[in-house]
Amino acid sequence: MTMLEVTDLSVSFRTQAGTVRAVDKMNFSVAPGQTLAIVGESGSGKSQTVMAAMGLLANNGEVEGSVKFDGRELIGMKSGDLNKIRGQDMAMIFQDPMTSLNPYLRVEDQMVEVLMFHKNMKRKEAIDRSEEMLKTVHLPDPRRILRRYPHELSGGQRQRVMIAMALLCDPKVLIADEPTTALDVTVQAQMLKLFAELTDKFNTALIIITHDLGVVAGLADEMMVMYAGRVVEKGSVDELFYDPRHPYTFGLLHSTPHVQQGRDRLAPIKGLPPNLTNLPPGCAFNPRCAFRFDRCVKERPALIVREHNRLSACFYEGEMTEHDMEEDLVHDREKDVAAT
Amino acid sequence: MLKYILKRLGIAIPTLLILIVFSFVLMRVAPGGPFSSERPLPPQVLANVNAKFGLDQPWHIQLWEYLVGIITRFDFGPSFAYTDRTVNDIIMQGFPVTLTYGAWAFVLAVLIGCALGIAAAVRHNTWLDYLAVGTSIGAQVLPNFVMAPLLVIVFTLWLGWLPGGGWRGGQWPYVIMPVIALGTSYMASIARITRSSMLEVLSSNFIRTARAKGMPATHVIVRHALKPALMPLLSYLGPAFVGMVTGSVIIDVFFSTGGIGQLFTNSAFNRDYSVIMGITILLGALTISFNLLVDILYAWIDPRIRY
Repeated sequence: MTMLEVTDLSVSFRTQAGTVRAVDKMNFSVAPGQTLAIVGESGSGKSQTVMAAMGLLANNGEVEGSVKFDGRELIGMKSGDLNKIRGQDMAMIFQDPMTSLNPYLRVEDQMVEVLMFHKNMKRKEAIDRSEEMLKTVHLPDPRRILRRYPHELSGGQRQRVMIAMALLCDPKVLIADEPTTALDVTVQAQMLKLFAELTDKFNTALIIITHDLGVVAGLADEMMVMYAGRVVEKGSVDELFYDPRHPYTFGLLHSTPHVQQGRDRLAPIKGLPPNLTNLPPGCAFNPRCAFRFDRCVKERPALIVREHNRLSACFYEGEMTEHDMEEDLVHDREKDVAAT
Repeated sequence: MLKYILKRLGIAIPTLLILIVFSFVLMRVAPGGPFSSERPLPPQVLANVNAKFGLDQPWHIQLWEYLVGIITRFDFGPSFAYTDRTVNDIIMQGFPVTLTYGAWAFVLAVLIGCALGIAAAVRHNTWLDYLAVGTSIGAQVLPNFVMAPLLVIVFTLWLGWLPGGGWRGGQWPYVIMPVIALGTSYMASIARITRSSMLEVLSSNFIRTARAKGMPATHVIVRHALKPALMPLLSYLGPAFVGMVTGSVIIDVFFSTGGIGQLFTNSAFNRDYSVIMGITILLGALTISFNLLVDILYAWIDPRIRY
């Protein structure tokens, strides 16, 4: 059973520099109680994918493909119908709690309107329900918080308010776009615990967008790695963490600190993400790839099934070790020295 | 808040005093006087006239007398040009005129300007947006000394619908053209400010949140976007209101309304020191009060501002 099904979803933006394809033919689905993590660098199209699903793209954005919520097509849906689903069945938590709440309205006013619109509640009833929800996300003294303006709350409190607001109508799908990026580490851990609790308790399908692999490890069942608007690898979190098949996934994992492995030096992925208006020929990752060979420059690898539900888009089939990365790093450094 | 208002008023009074002293000194420094004309008065007559108005006293005594008159009796002295009238009489005659057409122009400029600006922002990059931007640029580049004659040509000479000038106690046919001539360029500025700040607000994160919550488009605009979008306009409206209710020389002269703009220029030509001073102080007091009012409104609207 799937709650949200995305098929061949593409997003392009018309800009002065031409049309930019931010997301290219995405396919994924989430089931109730399941957590899917979308991972990638800034500009890889993670956010735009979910924005397209929620109908929140900027005016110059164009969507192709299909997003089905509970069997109903969302792309091209009338805004009135879409508004009945957004906020009620599908809710979203945004990256920046500092700017994502309206500074001119009390927390109370921003919360009750959700219930008044979607559930036809009276204001008083809606306030009681909001208070309850603030308690659910472990905010102490919710009655006082409701009377506050966003600027009177801390970052962690604001993010909890955002989460509580998204959960007001018991959504079936919850999308969290970098929900912990703007928070400090202790608060991050609390938030992750809260998310895990919520998917358990309400059987919510959770899509979490992040570039923090720690978040993925702690929370997600499935994981999807994006690069330059495309999925390069997809599979269960355990498989991808312990046996990555795409050099980009491999690179991401090795550029993350890890206590048990006790690395004394992190191996960054050299280079920068490509410009979407001017993608390199062949595999978009090839200029940064430590394992590339001539085929990678000529041909674009398709996303294919490797084994039991694992997908990856890479021609390289050999083993990848940290050593390869380091050697490459050395080589890279030598080139830098030669250049200066 | 109350403390802040009192503090601001405490600053306002010295500011006004400085304004009075400064303009008083400037006028005395400028060559010539109210009674110097091409055919000089006989010295005896001039001495008499100067004595009558206290102009034979040293400057600091004159200034002192003047300040005492204002503070104790709210008396701005007699007019030097119209001997039987006081400054208060003259201002009370001209100010209601400009206040009437200025206030109308203000109300209409705000209503139409805001509506145009909001509509343009909401329908960004559509024909409505282009029309609104085009209209407001057109309205802004048309100065009122071009606007006023154009209005008279069309509505008085061609159509014969409206009188070409006069005031008649503010009957509405006499008010319409001054209001349009004065208000149009303000309306255009208001539309441009509203449009650009509305566009900025509509692309902000909290508007995206409101849309993600499934709030209908009109609710998002009215409830979430309007207040923050109107904040930048507010600081423009304070001085604009003062500018409008104190009128415009061009409109007063062109439509012979007898408003305060006309009085101001007349008194400058006549070297009517006391009337110039009176109007200057009125302008200063209005500017100071409306800026204070804007600051208070800011704090009232934006919860993040506390004084």
